[in-house]
Amino acid sequence: MPTSALNTPAPGTDAAPGRLRSRFRSTPRSRRRRRSTLTRPAGLALGISVLWFSLLVMIPLALLLISSVEDGWSTFWDTLTNVQTANAIRLTLVSALAVTAVNLVMGLLIAWVLVRDRFPGRWLIELMIDIPFALPSLVAGLVLLSLYGPESPLGINVLGTPASVFLALLFVTLPFVVRTVQPVLGELDRDVERAAHSLGASRATTVRRIILPALTPALAAGATLCFARGVGEFGALVILTGNRPNISEGAPMRIQSYIEVDNTAAAATVAVLLLATALAATLLVEILTSKERPR
Amino acid sequence: MSATRTALRTVVIAYLFFLVGWPLWMVVQETFLSGENHLVSTWEDPAVRSALRVTLAAAAWAVVLNTVFGITLGILLVRHDFPGKRLLGLFVDLPIAVSPIVVGLALLLAYGPVQGWLGRPLAELGILVVFSFPGIVLAVTFVSLPLVLRAVIPVLREIGMEQEIAARSLGAHAGQILWRITLPSIRGAVTYGVILTLARAIGEFGAVLIISGGLVGQTETATMAVQRFHQGFATGSSYAIGFLLALIGIAALAIVTVLRPKEHTRGN
Repeated sequence: MPTSALNTPAPGTDAAPGRLRSRFRSTPRSRRRRRSTLTRPAGLALGISVLWFSLLVMIPLALLLISSVEDGWSTFWDTLTNVQTANAIRLTLVSALAVTAVNLVMGLLIAWVLVRDRFPGRWLIELMIDIPFALPSLVAGLVLLSLYGPESPLGINVLGTPASVFLALLFVTLPFVVRTVQPVLGELDRDVERAAHSLGASRATTVRRIILPALTPALAAGATLCFARGVGEFGALVILTGNRPNISEGAPMRIQSYIEVDNTAAAATVAVLLLATALAATLLVEILTSKERPR
Repeated sequence: MSATRTALRTVVIAYLFFLVGWPLWMVVQETFLSGENHLVSTWEDPAVRSALRVTLAAAAWAVVLNTVFGITLGILLVRHDFPGKRLLGLFVDLPIAVSPIVVGLALLLAYGPVQGWLGRPLAELGILVVFSFPGIVLAVTFVSLPLVLRAVIPVLREIGMEQEIAARSLGAHAGQILWRITLPSIRGAVTYGVILTLARAIGEFGAVLIISGGLVGQTETATMAVQRFHQGFATGSSYAIGFLLALIGIAALAIVTVLRPKEHTRGN
């Protein structure tokens, strides 16, 4: 008996693995993961919220997934390889990417001017940045059509050209990069820039080596939001593009025409593609911003 | 240095002028300065007034539903731990990222009276969701779902639990703590979220287009009326309603801008 008591702490005895496991289980991290802190009313509230969320969002989106493959994978594939649909998807993706690229540059410039520059009328710029958020996207299309449509005083008419999709997306995605970069730029420590300058770094080097790296997560998050919004935009396209098949028809417009002819499976297929893009974008933003949070 | 600064400023101002400022001014011009005042003549159309009424009523429903949902879930996500919390937190942001036309299609598949998974049993009970007012409410609530929640969460995180713990130690029960401590401290954030919700719900087009059926004078919303006039070449009327919606949006924006600095100072 005394020998076994001596042996207990040593590894390899029967008691050790069990105790080790139970100790492992009670580390704070795993406890936090497993135990819920819900009181009974809180649990009830959570139940109702989740039920409502499922009825409104999760079940409809799940049904969308189901109906896209309901008629088999071949229908799914046929839809995506249909020339007109493929063209619409390509136009949407290319325009969204191009708009994201422009926004990365212009968004950074605008944020820079808003944070570092002081001049009268700056509030007007602040206001104009948010207008695309406040304007219904259909009205955004209308607004753009007045200047860049058939009756354009500038003589620029984008109606019925691929450029119309680009222009529509450019307008509705304006705020994203500006508004994600601006607060981060405002919080940047100017002393680091001064230090770089005093150590002989040129202005360009300071921007490239000090400022841009600090802004990268915010730029990436803004660009992702901008891309997701661009891919999904509908209202502005309805008015501005003229919706010419293979030329100025975007993917969301294609979904609408599939719904109109009651081809639900095909509509759901294109929708699932857009949904997957949106989901990927949301995930990416979550990853990018959660990495940033601890700092 | 000063030259770059001036150059940057000029580029930014020119870009915004051509992309936002001038086009917006054109709409004002079309509405008021093109001979007749389209705002007045459009307002006298009973179909337009009905469309505005439908829009505002649906937006009000969205505000109520999303405020209750946003505050409840916000408190649960910040103050409690439960399995699946991270996943839920991720999914609630989804509605904002989904294309409105996809929202419309998804709701049609769930609540459509013919093919709808939930819609058909409901239709057999005599409840019509899609192609009637409840469908419009669902659509605008969907697209504006996380706005109150998103506004509330950071503030809840920031105010912490000290006051609530103090209240509990002084004998307050859960209801009192919620009503007298938690809710008053997030009032600003809720207002901010509500205005964003309102603006988003009023401006919704794609989802509503699929769901509402668009019966003129009954289930037509303001944005759908804009499109109807636009397609019928009644440009003046479509610009007039567009102008009205833009005005509502910009008013909401102005209020939000006034509210925003308050959150900032609290942050510092």
